[in-house]
Amino acid sequence: MTWTDIKSDLAGAGYIASDELAMAVHLAQSLGRPLLLEGAAGVGKTQIAKTLAQVLDTRLIRLQCYEGLDAATSIYEWNYQRQLLSIRASADEGAASSEIEDRIFSEKYLLKRPLLEAIQQDVSPVLLIDEIDRADEEFEAYLLELLSDFQISIPELGTIAATTRPHVVLTANGTRDLSDALRRRCIYSFVDYPDKQTELVILKAHFSQLNSHLAEQIVGFVQALRKEDLEKKPGVAELLDWTAAVSGLGINDLSDDPATLQATLVCLLKTQADQAAIPSEVVQRLVGKAA
Amino acid sequence: MQTTRFPVRSSIAERVTDFMSHLRGNGIPVGFVETDAAMRAFAGMNVVDVDATRMALKAICACNEDGFERFDDLFTAFWLNRGREKSGSVQRDDIRNNASQRSNLSVEDDGSASRSSGSQSEIDADRTGEASAGGEGKLVASRISNLEKTDFRELMTPQSLDQAEQVARAIARQIRDRRSRRRRAHNRGKQIDLRRVARAAVQTGGEPLNLFRLKKPDRPVTLVTLLDVSGSMTVYARVFLAFLKGLMSADQRTEAFLFHTKLVNIGEALRDHDTLRAINRLSMMAQGFGGGTKIAGNLASFNAQYAGRMVNGRTVVIILSDGYDTDPPEKMASEMQRLKKRGCRIIWLNPLMGWKDYAPVAQGMAAALPFIDFFAAANTLESLAAIGPHLEGL
Repeated sequence: MTWTDIKSDLAGAGYIASDELAMAVHLAQSLGRPLLLEGAAGVGKTQIAKTLAQVLDTRLIRLQCYEGLDAATSIYEWNYQRQLLSIRASADEGAASSEIEDRIFSEKYLLKRPLLEAIQQDVSPVLLIDEIDRADEEFEAYLLELLSDFQISIPELGTIAATTRPHVVLTANGTRDLSDALRRRCIYSFVDYPDKQTELVILKAHFSQLNSHLAEQIVGFVQALRKEDLEKKPGVAELLDWTAAVSGLGINDLSDDPATLQATLVCLLKTQADQAAIPSEVVQRLVGKAA
Repeated sequence: MQTTRFPVRSSIAERVTDFMSHLRGNGIPVGFVETDAAMRAFAGMNVVDVDATRMALKAICACNEDGFERFDDLFTAFWLNRGREKSGSVQRDDIRNNASQRSNLSVEDDGSASRSSGSQSEIDADRTGEASAGGEGKLVASRISNLEKTDFRELMTPQSLDQAEQVARAIARQIRDRRSRRRRAHNRGKQIDLRRVARAAVQTGGEPLNLFRLKKPDRPVTLVTLLDVSGSMTVYARVFLAFLKGLMSADQRTEAFLFHTKLVNIGEALRDHDTLRAINRLSMMAQGFGGGTKIAGNLASFNAQYAGRMVNGRTVVIILSDGYDTDPPEKMASEMQRLKKRGCRIIWLNPLMGWKDYAPVAQGMAAALPFIDFFAAANTLESLAAIGPHLEGL
């Protein structure tokens, strides 16, 4: 399998990847290394993990990172309620305490969280660690250990080695700078907003009915909008939402109905400041450019 | 067709190793692991395809956005023999500076000191130029020259720079400790540590008699400092640089910027452990040092380029400026608002505030005020030291 195969497979599943991204995915696969994707919100970083799982016909296990994420929510936790109940029951039967301990610290009482689950699958799953930069440095350090050895040690149970190695995809969008150690362990790709041609292909892949004149107008408009000074630039997801809105309203040409067009911008501009920054005159100018 | 410039004699492995050292020389951190990965990647592909090879090496070697952008040029320079000398030599000078040994330090210090005195005279020339140009500028300049006579001349000695650094360290300590959301075992914590309780309950027949607790540990806050080095701030610049240096040595993660008409990231230079050399390096870096001020414009570029990465809810942004801005005050307000939205705390230290009867009448200053958490004087070391206690409460 070469990188061009990956590219066409992804395209087949509806994800139009750039050459560089396809190469990075291919290398991550063939070298067995995690894939680190950076880029602005809405350029399709998370989506690639989902599509990859679909292409490889395997499970997607997702870990959403946030500040304060710890071992109990990302790796495993003991089921304390069951443990306590079991201790009570065993004590009533008069079992020895070492025996009880053996029982309650067995896999039966273990609640698996995404990372532990990901290394215990029969078929390698895709493990998506989303927005790793939101988690704190401690978690990042732990993750480094996991990504190099693919084993997890649980004090009461011993070391659990991976049955299969997951395909790991990490995404980040600059909440915090990641450590060089983590970066260097990964295959890296910076995902940018797609260019006009790619975006047209993406639009065709999702809306096969869309007439090509409107498609070009839509893509042109969104590309021009990204050049404006906005707090949150519209990503691919916003583009698709907006296209659905525009075509759902039966608009055939963006310059037809300025008022409706202005109203549909809620799909693209997601903050109040951005909406205020793009009044209808600016919209008309951008439409004029896009046509 | 493009060809590489290598004679047949060297093996692919050798060339790739050479390429890796070329990347290292240009500031992209790569090593044996990357070389190994590259060789394994080549095993499964057609190496004659230049474009595919470039993309493969890029995915393996570039490990951040900056590296990702520069990689293509570095690749072309090395493999296709174009522009190598230029990009290589500039960076290497820089690295040699970093790595210079203690033994030749004194020589280098002399050199840079004389160069910096050169730039000092330039600054003065700039400032008089500015002062004669505009009405307000003149006022500022003359008031400052008064001040220079009274309290700032003695601050230029190495001892007082040291003192400024120490004050900064004390302040940094006071700002730093904030709470974390993670938990550690602690006797009087708020949350119950179920894991230990369950374990202890084995001994007591399933009765959770002993309750162990968890507490949120203290967690350091990061600092981002923005120092105004425009004409009206020149007399304070060296002291404040020493102050920044002190903040930096208290916590290496502190970020620092200079601004005048442009914004300059000086974090790397300030991490230099030799104070005098760091400050001299800075005077060289800051071209336009002592010119006019565009505070709002600089805040805008800080917001656009750096804030996303450096500023979050656990950041304290310290701005050292007199608030005399040539940008419109509305812009100042909107940029301050943007910065504030990231959830950071903003401290503004204004040297003019130490003067008698000061009121923040400069338009830019007035526009920024609503977004500032703590506004204080900073014209003497005593006033810098005095702000420490206030910062704990932020």
